[in-house]
Amino acid sequence: MALLRSTLVRHLVLLALGALALVLLTGSLSTFHNYELAGLGAYVCTAAGLTVLTGLNGQISLGHAALMAIGGYTVALLQIRFSDRAITGLWVLPLSLLAGAAVTGVAAAVVGVAAARLRGPYLAGVTLALGVALPALTSRFTSVFKGDQGLSVPFDPPPASLGANFAVERWQAWISLGAALIVLFFLANLNRSAIGRHFRAVRDDEVAAQLSGLSVPRVQILAFTVSGVAAGLGGGVFAVSLQTASPGSFDLTLSLALLSAVVIGGLGSLAGAVWGSIIVVYLGIVLRGFVDDLGLSAASAQKLHDNLPNAAFGLLLVLVMLILPGGIQGLLRRLAGVAPVDRLRRGRPEPFAAAIAQHSSSPPPSGGQQ
Amino acid sequence: MSRFIFLTFNGLSFGAVYAALALALVLIWRTTRVLNFAQGAMAVATAYVALSVSDWTGSYWIGFGAALAAGFVLGAVVERVAFRGADRMPPLNTIVIGVGLLILIEAVMGMLYGSANRGFPAAYSTRAYSVGSTALFSKQDVFTVGSVLVLMLVIAVLLTRTPQGLRMRAAAFAPEVARLLGVRVGRLLTLGWALSGLVGALAAMLVIPTGLGLFPQAMDGVFILGFTGAVVGGLESPVGAVVGGVLTGLALSYASGYIGSDITPLAALVLLVVVLLLRPTGLFSGSQVRRV
Amino acid sequence: MTGTHRRRTRVVAAVTAIALVGLMACGSTKTKSGGNAAGDTSAPGVTKDSILVGTTQPLTGPAAPGYSKISAAMTAYFKYANEQGGVNGRKVTLKVLDDGYNPANTATKTRQLVLQDKVFALLGSLGTPTHTAVLDFIKTNKVPDLFVASGSRSWNQPAKYPTTFGWQPDYTVEGKILGDYVKKTFAGKKVCSFGQGDDFGTDGVQGVEAVLGSTALASKQTYTPTNTNVGPQVAALKSAGCQVVVSFTVPGFTALELGTAAKLGFHPQFVVSNVGSDIVTLTGFLKEATVPLLEGMVSDSYLPIPTDASNSWIKLFQTVNQKYNNNVPFDGNVLYGMSVAYTFLQAVKAAGKTLNRGSLTAAVEKGGFTGPGLTPFRFSASDHSGFAGTQVAVIKGGVATPTGSIFTTDDSNGPLTVYSGSAATAPANGLP
Repeated sequence: MALLRSTLVRHLVLLALGALALVLLTGSLSTFHNYELAGLGAYVCTAAGLTVLTGLNGQISLGHAALMAIGGYTVALLQIRFSDRAITGLWVLPLSLLAGAAVTGVAAAVVGVAAARLRGPYLAGVTLALGVALPALTSRFTSVFKGDQGLSVPFDPPPASLGANFAVERWQAWISLGAALIVLFFLANLNRSAIGRHFRAVRDDEVAAQLSGLSVPRVQILAFTVSGVAAGLGGGVFAVSLQTASPGSFDLTLSLALLSAVVIGGLGSLAGAVWGSIIVVYLGIVLRGFVDDLGLSAASAQKLHDNLPNAAFGLLLVLVMLILPGGIQGLLRRLAGVAPVDRLRRGRPEPFAAAIAQHSSSPPPSGGQQ
Repeated sequence: MSRFIFLTFNGLSFGAVYAALALALVLIWRTTRVLNFAQGAMAVATAYVALSVSDWTGSYWIGFGAALAAGFVLGAVVERVAFRGADRMPPLNTIVIGVGLLILIEAVMGMLYGSANRGFPAAYSTRAYSVGSTALFSKQDVFTVGSVLVLMLVIAVLLTRTPQGLRMRAAAFAPEVARLLGVRVGRLLTLGWALSGLVGALAAMLVIPTGLGLFPQAMDGVFILGFTGAVVGGLESPVGAVVGGVLTGLALSYASGYIGSDITPLAALVLLVVVLLLRPTGLFSGSQVRRV
Repeated sequence: MTGTHRRRTRVVAAVTAIALVGLMACGSTKTKSGGNAAGDTSAPGVTKDSILVGTTQPLTGPAAPGYSKISAAMTAYFKYANEQGGVNGRKVTLKVLDDGYNPANTATKTRQLVLQDKVFALLGSLGTPTHTAVLDFIKTNKVPDLFVASGSRSWNQPAKYPTTFGWQPDYTVEGKILGDYVKKTFAGKKVCSFGQGDDFGTDGVQGVEAVLGSTALASKQTYTPTNTNVGPQVAALKSAGCQVVVSFTVPGFTALELGTAAKLGFHPQFVVSNVGSDIVTLTGFLKEATVPLLEGMVSDSYLPIPTDASNSWIKLFQTVNQKYNNNVPFDGNVLYGMSVAYTFLQAVKAAGKTLNRGSLTAAVEKGGFTGPGLTPFRFSASDHSGFAGTQVAVIKGGVATPTGSIFTTDDSNGPLTVYSGSAATAPANGLP
C-alpha cells in the first residue's frame, strides 16, 4: 500500500491495467470495431496533449490537426523509405512514430516561440490560420507530398507470433491505443512533476510565476513542445490506421473536434481528454445508427436523412456545454461529492478568462468618453 | 504595374466582404467576449431567408431587407438561447457552443434547402470598369465597399458617441458596476448580438454572389478570413476590423496573383504572424495586455 | 478535494470509459478475424436472390452539392431493375455511406461497408483523394472495387490494385481529345489552360500538351477549390493574350471562370472538359446568364447529352428518374449515377449464375459491355481504366450538340483513333 503512494508506481500500475484492458477489449470486439478503436487512440493521444497545453498551461490551439499532419507525413515518408528498401522488423514502425513525434515536437516549439508572445483570441487566430495553411502546403510541394492524394503508409503485418488470424485492424488498434497509453502515462507523470507545476503556475498568474523565478516564455514553449510531441504521435498512429497521410484527413474539422473533445471531457484533465475523445468519435456513429433506424431513406426524406445526424451532433454539443460547463470530469467530480465550481473558480482560473480579465481590467479602448 | 493595380482592386473588393464579417465578430467580441464560430453559418441562414423572400415577392431588395431583419432576430435569439451567461462561462466553452451551432445551423439548412448550390444574385452589375486594359471595379464593388464603410461608421458612432453605446460598453467591461448603475445589461448584450447578426447578414449578401452560390457551407472559408481580419485589426475596434479585413483581402490577392492560388492560406498566416509579432494585440487595440 | 478523492474519480472514470467503449461496440457479432482465405470464390453479401453493394459519397459538406445526386440516381436505377426481377434472379441493394469528402471518413466508412456490412463489392465510390486513401485496404481484403467515380489514372493499376476499376475516361484521355480539336479548329491561336491544382488539372493539361506539344500553352493557371477568388488567375490569362482557354474545372469553378472573364471583359474561346460543362448544373450557378455565357463553348462527352430527349438511354433514365428518383432535375450527375448502375448490372449479368468476387472481376476484365457510353470500355486483364474516349460537343443557344468523330485513345502518347462502331441503344426492358 505504501508503494502505491508513489505517483510513478501508481501510474505504472494503471499503465499495466490499461494494457491488459486493451488486449481484452480488442480481443472481444469485431474487426471493424477494432478499427474504430484505432481512430480513437489517435484522438486520445492528441487530445491529451491539447488538454495539457490548453487546460494546464492556458494556451489555446485551434490548429492541432496541423501538428498531427506533421507527425503523419513524417511517418508516411519514413515508412515508404523503409518499405522501398525492404527493411522490416518490429522496431521499424516504432522508430518512424518516434521520429514523427520528435519532428512535430520541434515544429511545435517553433510555433510556441511565436505563441509565447500572444494571448487568448490572438493565439486562437494564429493557430487557426496555421491549421488551415499547413495542410495546404502539400499541394505546393507535390513531388514530396503528392498533393491532395497524399502518401500511402505501408507497414509490416502483425507479427506471426500473434497467430495467423490476427487481423490488421486489431494490430492497428494495439498500435494506436498503445501509443495513447504511453502518452497518458508520460503526461500524467509530467503533471505531477515540477514541470507540471510550472505549467499551472504560468497559467494561473504569469506575473507571480515570473517573480518566483520562472521564465514564462520558456515554460510556454515547453508546453507547446510537449503538446506537439503528443500530437505528432497521434498523427503518426492516425496515418497508420488510415494507411494514408493526406491533407484532407487533417483539416480544420479535426482541429475543432479535438478542441471540443477536451472541453466536453473537462478541460485540463487527462481522463477528460479520454472521455471527450470517446464522445467525439462515437457520438456521430451512434447518431447515424439511430437515424438509419428511423427508416427515412426514401428519396423524399433524403435531405433529412443525410443531415439529421449532424444536426443532432451540433445540438448535443451546445446542450452539453450549457448543462455541463465543467464537462464530463466536472460532472464526475460533482457525483463524487466534491464541490467543483467554487474550487475550480478559485483554484483554476480558466486560461482564456485570465487573458480576458486582463483585457477587461484595462481601460476600455478607442475613443472612451467617460 | 497594371497587374499590381488589378490585384489591388481585386483585393479591396474581396477585403471589403471579409471586413463585413470581421465587423460582426468584433461587435460580439466587444459586447460579450465571445469568438462566435457560428457567425458564418448564421449569415448563411439569413441568405436563405433572402432567397425565399425574393422568390416569393419577386423583389431582390425586399429579400435583402428580410435578410438583414432575419440577421437581427437570429442574433438576438442565439444570444438569448445559447450565450446567455456567456460572461460566466469558461471562454473555451463559448467556442465549443459556437462550433456546435455552426454544425447545427448548416445541417438544418441542408434539411430545409438541400445541399445544392443555388445561384445567388448580386445587387448591382458585376461588370468592371476598365482603364486601358486593366479592369478596376464594378458597381457591385462600389456598393460592397460603400456599404461596409457606412456600416463601420454607424457602428463606431453608435458605440462611442451615443448613450446607448456607452451603456453597451459599460455592460461589456464592467457588468456588475453597470447593473448597479441601473443599466439593463442583459438587454444590451442581446442588442449587441442582434446588431452583429445584422452585419453578418449584410456580409452574406455581399460575399455569396462572389463565390459558388448559396449552399450550407458557403461562408466557412469567409469566416476564417473574416476572423483573420478581425484579429489583425485587433478585435476591439470597428475601424480595425475593416482595416484588417481589407489587409487580408489584399494579402490574399497579391499572393494569389504573384505566387499561386494554393498559397493563399499561407499568406493569411504570414500576415497574422507579422502583424501580431509587431503588435501582439492587433493593429487597432487601444490597450496593451499587461506584459510580464 | 483531497488527492485520494481525485484519484478515485480518475480510476472510476477510466473504468467507466473502458466499459462504455465495450458497450458501444456491444451487439456486434464477433467475426472470425483474418483474411478470407477462400479468395476468389468468396461471395459475401450475395444470396440466391440478392446482392449487397456499398459506396462512399459526399452527402454532406462542401462537396455534396451536385455529387450527392449520383448515389441517389444509382439507388433509383437499382430500384427500377429490382422491380423487374433484377439480374440473374438477384436484386441489388446499394448501401450509401456519407464520407463528407474527407479521406479519414472514407477510410472508416469503407471498412464499415466491407468488415461490418459485408458488402459484396464497392461501386462508384466518389473522389480522388478520398478513394486513394482506401486502395491498400481494398487490395488486402480483395474486394471488387468497381467504377470509381473520378477520372484519375490511379484506378488503372491492375498489377498493384488488381480489384480496382475506373469507369469514366481519365482526364488525360479527355485532354488529348480536346487538345486535338483545338489544334485542328483553332490553329494559330494562342492557347492557355486553367485547371484545378490537383491530379484533375495536372492530368488534363498533360493530355492537352501531349497533342499540342509541351511548350504550346502560353499560360498555365491553376486554382484551389477552397479559394473562390479566381480574379488573379483569369486576369493573368487575359494579360497573356490567351485566345483559347482549355479548362479542367468543376462546375462551380467553370461558372466562376466564365463570370469573372465576363466581368473583366475577357472573351476567349472556352474549351471545358466534361466534368465542368454540364449545362443543367451550370444553370444552377449562372441563372439567366447561362445561355449568353456558354455560347460557343466547346466541351466533350462520353455519355449521351442529358438534354437529348431523342436518345434511347436518356429516355429510359428520365423515366426511371420520374418514377424512382423524385423527378429531380435531370442533369449530368443523375445520368452518371444511372449509367454506372447499368454497367454494374451488365457486369453482374456477365458473371453468371455463380456470382462471386472472382467471377465478377473476371467478367469486368473480359469486358465487351456496350452501354450508355459512346465508346466501349478499355477493360482487360492489363487495363482497368474505363471508357476509351469521348466526343467533342459545341454549345449553342444553351444546348450542346456533338460534333465530329468519336475518338478513342490511351492515357500516354498513343495516337487518337476514330471510333466507328455504332452507338448501342437502350434495351426495351431497360435491363442488360
